[in-house]
Amino acid sequence: MSTDSIALNAVNAAPRPWSAVVHSWVTTVDHKRIGILYILLALVFLVIGGIEATIMRIQLIVPHNHFVSPQFFNQMFTMHGTTMIFFVAMPIVFGFGNYLVPLMIGARDMAFPRVNAWSFWLTAFGGALLYLSFIGGYGLYGAGAAPDVGWFAYAPLTSPTFSVGHSTDFWTLGLLVSGIGSIGAAVNFVATIICMRCPGMTLGRMPLLAWMNLVMGAMVLLVISPLTAAQIMLAIDRFLGGHFFDTQAGGSAVLWMHFFWIFGHPEVYVLVIPAFAFISEIVPVFSRKPIFGYPVMVAATVGIGFVSFGVWAHHMFTVGMNSYANSFFALTTMVVGVPTGIKIFNWIGTMWGGRLQFKTPMLFCIAFLFQFLIAGLTGIMLACVPFNWQLSGSYFVVAHFHYVIVGAILFALFGAFYYWFPKMSGRMYNESFGKLHFWLFVIGFHLTFDFMHIPGLLGMPRRIYTYEPGRGWEIWNLICTIGVFFQAAGILVFVANLARSLLSGKLAGSDPWDAWTLEWSTSSPPPEYNFAQTPTVASRRPLWDLKHPEDPDLDL
Amino acid sequence: MPGGKTLSCVLALFFARAAFASDSPKIPNIFRPESTPADQIYTISNFTLIISGLIFAVVFSLLVYAILKFRRPVSTDDFEPAQVYGSNQIELAWTVIPVLIVLVLFLATARVTQSVQDARPPAAAVEVTATGHQFWWEFRYPALGIVTANELHIPVSETTSPSPTFLTLLSADTDHSFWIPLLAGKTDLIPNRKNSMWMDPHKTGLYVGQCAQYCGTQHAKMLLRVYVDSREDFEAWVAQQKRPAASSESVVAGRRIFEETACVNCHAVAGTIAEGRFGPDLTHLMSRQTIASGAADNTHENLKLWVKEPEAIKPGSLMPAMNLNEHDLDALVSYLETLR
Repeated sequence: MSTDSIALNAVNAAPRPWSAVVHSWVTTVDHKRIGILYILLALVFLVIGGIEATIMRIQLIVPHNHFVSPQFFNQMFTMHGTTMIFFVAMPIVFGFGNYLVPLMIGARDMAFPRVNAWSFWLTAFGGALLYLSFIGGYGLYGAGAAPDVGWFAYAPLTSPTFSVGHSTDFWTLGLLVSGIGSIGAAVNFVATIICMRCPGMTLGRMPLLAWMNLVMGAMVLLVISPLTAAQIMLAIDRFLGGHFFDTQAGGSAVLWMHFFWIFGHPEVYVLVIPAFAFISEIVPVFSRKPIFGYPVMVAATVGIGFVSFGVWAHHMFTVGMNSYANSFFALTTMVVGVPTGIKIFNWIGTMWGGRLQFKTPMLFCIAFLFQFLIAGLTGIMLACVPFNWQLSGSYFVVAHFHYVIVGAILFALFGAFYYWFPKMSGRMYNESFGKLHFWLFVIGFHLTFDFMHIPGLLGMPRRIYTYEPGRGWEIWNLICTIGVFFQAAGILVFVANLARSLLSGKLAGSDPWDAWTLEWSTSSPPPEYNFAQTPTVASRRPLWDLKHPEDPDLDL
Repeated sequence: MPGGKTLSCVLALFFARAAFASDSPKIPNIFRPESTPADQIYTISNFTLIISGLIFAVVFSLLVYAILKFRRPVSTDDFEPAQVYGSNQIELAWTVIPVLIVLVLFLATARVTQSVQDARPPAAAVEVTATGHQFWWEFRYPALGIVTANELHIPVSETTSPSPTFLTLLSADTDHSFWIPLLAGKTDLIPNRKNSMWMDPHKTGLYVGQCAQYCGTQHAKMLLRVYVDSREDFEAWVAQQKRPAASSESVVAGRRIFEETACVNCHAVAGTIAEGRFGPDLTHLMSRQTIASGAADNTHENLKLWVKEPEAIKPGSLMPAMNLNEHDLDALVSYLETLR
């Protein structure tokens, strides 16, 4: 095996008409193209969800603002949350996993390429269905309306009594459809990683990204089921007169919470474990050292996966569970902190004694480490039941989970974008624009989400379209809103950079980062079949072995 | 001397009202507790914050040190650093230490959780049933036979003779959450479920908060006011709330309008045919400082606007516009203003 391109030469063909290009993308079953489709879908929804967030922040810039009506504001936070979790974070994670997992384990495609395409299109249709509510939400009542029940749609707000028309049905069906897509993707990840590894790649030699996607896939299989079950029960309530969650007829509001959060909390790890995966690939390469404590990292990931199924009721400390149940869920939640802490220490251990290169992907990873540390610590505060009684449902919680989802997951994703963009496009991005994006986003992120903790401590609940003056909330809300514009500017620079680099960036070559995993052994972008010959590996870092035969990777 | 007693009662009431009027609400802040549950939460919160702060300081320093110390010099030639794959001793250390921290934090948490949550009401406790409605609060004092709305009056609880208030929390429709940060953590009001919480404020004054669980369109203006009265003021308030509704000949026209329109479907005025319970009880409407669950001050203009066009004050509230002509509107508001 050589480090250079081992692709077969492409046959020179006449440029195809655009319709043929579109047709080839729509009908593709190639994991790389499907990965890119997932990522593009997610970027479109990221912009939509970002606009929704901006509308909310403008409304909250001063107390008693009249920028939007309460009804519209409630639709905005519902759509923002639903969009960002189900149609940005999930697809983008699946997209990178789709693109990278087969390349990193030396496979030619995912295990089930057609299921893969089917899963993507279900996700896309799920998103389209959700947004159709803007047109058809009131059904025969007339004008359209998006769902306004919040992204966790607590019963009985979703019952026919409190949610007339069809907006909630669009929400239910959108998630049901995309949930089936998620299951398909998860089956594919697990099957691919278990069955499609190239010769020599034992489980213990897999890149951490593959390990973490395996855990993510297994978790998706388990968590989407209760969500789907709950959506079907809700649909039965709404269409067939069932009473699962209809409190007016003796149903249970708390039952919905249990169903939703046993999905909802592991879901956070479904999203953050792939973020860990990016960090675990990028930090070693830019530190020029192998990951510190590989077996411990694997164990910690699997551990987080298991424990995360036992923490869901920490979202429910205020609903009146008894003190023993509350204490139990406080313990399990705090326990998650242990493997998570181990990971942070291992990443620092990887950097320790290395020779750090602060390229854009590494900058995003370092920001991830700081921000994820803070997100974890505010998580410990929220796990402390009495503290949670004050913080729960306030802006402190909003700040905490945005610290996780933006400060950790989105930052890791930006790092991944810059790191693998040369592989996906064959061209380098512009480093100065990358750094500009980084600094704009860091400033915007910290302006918005650092200061968002404070109104929560001063009693400001989440999901309010306006607030009373004189409670000390004005200045913090103003600062939060200002930060949004820095983040928006960062995103513009990001998109412009990628678009410009795609057209006129300098050629990347197969291995621009002098990296060590298999995806860098094939050309950029890789050919449809990935590898002309199936690679054979003898350690965790096959390309290191090739470049340093005198000091081969430690193979345990 | 019964006359003197009545006079002092009236005076107390007058001064109480005056005191309220000048008394600006206490700004919510979870770090300035003024009641035992909030204070216990504050203590454990500080403990958690200190531990988190220490962890932050250690990890932050390690990270900053690593970034500054190990950055690659610009001008040296390329060589790879020593390839270190891990260390079991170090892994063990940074596993065991966090486990111990978690253990300590958990024990402290469980202790405070139990002490706040499992407290039993003493004999002198005031019992109140709070029911959440879209988008207002109903308060009933079963032992005193009082029904009121949105503005909760409770007695101050002195350390010498504690009289904490125990709330039973119910919901008539969707989920709500009762949260006065200075007095206690929040507890949800959930349909088909009976929750409880308690508080024993040490100082008098007006404490504000609001619904903390999204409950529908006007969740934002489901505001909450708790008046912690001195023992005497509370007694006076109770006596006043127990009085029957005022009935004055001068506003009989307004009263007729009230009783002949849809008002009575939702509102109650004790001793009249108005027995609706979907909206706030109006028997002593004018004893409250705000209307529309704290969304507006209880002034003549606001009251008139509220009856005429509720959307102007609280869009999405369930109070319908009554579509009265100007004459009837004035008569109706005059009647409401006699409900002291």
